[in-house]
Amino acid sequence: MSINWIHNFPFFSIFLAMLGGILTALLNDGKKALRLNQLITLIVAILSLCLLLNVTANNESFTFMMGHFPAPWGNELRAGPLEALMAFVFSILMFLTVTGGQREIFSDVVSDKVKYFFIMINLIFGSILALIYTNDVFTAYVFIEINTIASCAVVMAKGHGRSIIASIHYLIMSSLGSGLFLIGLCLLYDITGHLLMPNIQEQLILLSRSGEYALPLTVVCGLVFIGLAIKSALFPFHTMLPNAYDNSTSAGAGILSGLVLKSYIILILKFIFQVFSLEVIQALKIENVLFVFGIVGMIMGSIYAFREVRIKKMLAYSSVAQIGYIFMGFGIGNMAGFTASCFHILAHAATKTLLFVSAGSLIETNGGKTGIRDLQGAGRLNPFAGVAYSVGALSMVGIPLFAGFASKYYFALSAAGGKLQLSIVLTALAVSMILNAIYFIPTVISIWSKPEGEIKPKAEPTFSFKCVCVAFMMINFILGIFFQPIIAVIEQGLRLLG
Amino acid sequence: MAKLPKGGLSRFVAWVNGEEVVDDLKHGHHKEKKTKAKYLPHLTMEQRLLGYRILGVLICSIFVLILLATVSKLPTFGSPNNPASNEVVERYIESGIEETGAINLVAGMILDYRAFDTFGESNVLFLAVISVVMLLKRDRNNFDEDDEKILNEDIDLDDEDDNIILKRFTMIIFPLITLYGVYVILNGHLSPGGGFSGGAIIGAGLILFDTAFGQSAVRKFFNFKRFTYISVGCLLTYCACKSYSFFTGANHLENIIPKGIPGNILSGGLILPLNICVGLIVACTMYGFYALFTRGEI
Amino acid sequence: MEHLMHNYYEAAAVILFGIGFMNLLLQSNLIKKFIGLNIMDTAVYLFLAAKGFIYGRVAPIVTSGEAVIERFVNPVPSGLVLTGIVVSVSVTAFSLALIIRLYKVYHTFDMDEIMKLAREEEKREY
Repeated sequence: MSINWIHNFPFFSIFLAMLGGILTALLNDGKKALRLNQLITLIVAILSLCLLLNVTANNESFTFMMGHFPAPWGNELRAGPLEALMAFVFSILMFLTVTGGQREIFSDVVSDKVKYFFIMINLIFGSILALIYTNDVFTAYVFIEINTIASCAVVMAKGHGRSIIASIHYLIMSSLGSGLFLIGLCLLYDITGHLLMPNIQEQLILLSRSGEYALPLTVVCGLVFIGLAIKSALFPFHTMLPNAYDNSTSAGAGILSGLVLKSYIILILKFIFQVFSLEVIQALKIENVLFVFGIVGMIMGSIYAFREVRIKKMLAYSSVAQIGYIFMGFGIGNMAGFTASCFHILAHAATKTLLFVSAGSLIETNGGKTGIRDLQGAGRLNPFAGVAYSVGALSMVGIPLFAGFASKYYFALSAAGGKLQLSIVLTALAVSMILNAIYFIPTVISIWSKPEGEIKPKAEPTFSFKCVCVAFMMINFILGIFFQPIIAVIEQGLRLLG
Repeated sequence: MAKLPKGGLSRFVAWVNGEEVVDDLKHGHHKEKKTKAKYLPHLTMEQRLLGYRILGVLICSIFVLILLATVSKLPTFGSPNNPASNEVVERYIESGIEETGAINLVAGMILDYRAFDTFGESNVLFLAVISVVMLLKRDRNNFDEDDEKILNEDIDLDDEDDNIILKRFTMIIFPLITLYGVYVILNGHLSPGGGFSGGAIIGAGLILFDTAFGQSAVRKFFNFKRFTYISVGCLLTYCACKSYSFFTGANHLENIIPKGIPGNILSGGLILPLNICVGLIVACTMYGFYALFTRGEI
Repeated sequence: MEHLMHNYYEAAAVILFGIGFMNLLLQSNLIKKFIGLNIMDTAVYLFLAAKGFIYGRVAPIVTSGEAVIERFVNPVPSGLVLTGIVVSVSVTAFSLALIIRLYKVYHTFDMDEIMKLAREEEKREY
């Protein structure tokens, strides 16, 4: 019996990450915990790359039995090109974020609790991988809860009063979302009798055609989507983000904003394709609701962002706006829209982590104050972080050659469903591009302008920080220039997902 | 915050620099007006709060009504023809004993058929205790001289109290509780119970012991180092057993763990070791929560 | 309507869920908020437990006789409830630890007052 090792890679990735979290509790030094975390993310990145090359070459999407029993009796994982691509990019970004933000972690978190912080980071990583690869809705719920508790622990890592308030606010909003998702799951189990996604899908197609249990089906859709939308901070449910990102470490904020929110969005994508098939979604008109909320989120997020004077809060509201883009892409409803959204998930993850890490370094250079005005001249004292921040800002605005432009271009291309939709999408894209420029460009000008007041010492970034900045910028350029093959992989993945 | 002339260009420059513009009199007036709300300015603060409360209750009542309407359309309670009674349940009940070796079919289901969920759940418990340690264990942020003084006073008061009834009774009951907990864990696959309930029982026994004899007595056999080693060790054993099971299962390799005769304690394949691991983790976690919440250290 | 009366366990579970949800959202006292979270989760377990029951059958522990499907209730919801209870306990423990830390710093349990104190603190720093 020959073992197909490559098919075991998703299972290895999840278990390695969880094992890393557990083993970190035995270490007694923060530095060793950091090295273990970096090692694990690198190994998972290599495994995901091999998996990605293999599944795209074979054009297959396989399921992996967790145990001796196939679906619907046992648990399963499912991996295809899209999942492998997401896992690969997320592991690289997590490695870079943790390495780039390590100075702030070691200085701001109490020294004997640094290893607990790394346990949380490892478990967040493990649960993101589990949410990407899962094929079972109850496993998704358990790992959502792991994600929630670990994220709130990362938010309160600094230990002062305001970070604890931010953490409790984040926990309350996340629990609301999880509660709605849980009752949606229970109702879904009640009307279909299955917990594995392919089996639920079969039953739902039968139910939707026969018209039985029509009201419960609509309510279940609503509960599941509202619950997951609350957790991924779609527009009216975004209030937990600004305080949380303002009061946590930069690496923590980068991981939460760039990776954790995206894992819930990927779960929504899996629900759309693998649980409620596109047929059922279109029959229930869910995509129009997502479209409207996406557009409102895009505009309102940008409006709130430009009223902020503190840089991390501004980046938080900018995340709200970008999540609005992704939901607008889901709402457009055709394959091109979903492809554009998936590409934007990658582009935003790469850019936001870059922005948070470089902003953290700039704040540290100018003495720890987070106001935009206080960052004046920080770029001249810390050129690596300044250039990195500028690249990130230009990408967010949507200048060609950067990652943000490719995703906005694809959003415009995908809005082919009728004149009304096309005009709304193009107007919203144009307005939000202008708003993005209005709040990002002043920060870039501020960091490169002449510093006033006393001369501060030039920052001494470590060699690893310089490498991290260069790597982030390279990823941004690769996503911006070589987007065609990535889009092809995403399209192949979505076709195999559906 | 600089005071700037009201010219448009200088306001724009100031705003680009992130400064707040403070006009002299006009802004003062604006500030006063800001405390009055934009909508319905004739209501007072209490009336506004009452309005929010009523609106909130209304929204939640609508939510409950929608859910009640859904419940009225769901499958009938207690009927054997529910969608949930399908081939999944059939195989769990009819082939459960041969395939898992456990008589308690629920234990067989959560530790064999759907073991990945239980793995995630053990991690949630571990994660919770680590985050409570992060928050409440004494360090320079959350413990100062006042807290230390209060804690020392509490310890002195406890030592002064004789508490003969509590101490004698605990000396009799604590071994019985621990024995019962061990019984529930070991019989998890043969009768109602299992790792979670048994672990909670043992944890409760430890808490009783701590209340009667003080933390220094518990420290003699259970301190923070042992707590970490037991939790991490059990979780690693669980991880190793389940990795073996998932790896052999997915790659269609032979599973060499014997299933035993159903009805014996040594049966059920890996279910007995897994129950023991889970029981120990839960016992440590329950006692850990109690110790951290009362005293800030285990 | 009478179907609702027949499904009374699920109806009670859903009403409790709504009450718990309302408390989590609207209460200003932190401890009451998290009691609301517990009520919400417990309501879901009641719902799941009701889902498994079938009239005339016993718990799925095969002590004697044959293991046929007509003798036992559905074991799947019981397993889901077991997992759910542990998750709920973990979230409650974490939230209570956060509340204790908040009380040490701000000396109040009221969320609105804490936000007000925090905003004043922020203003003083700037």
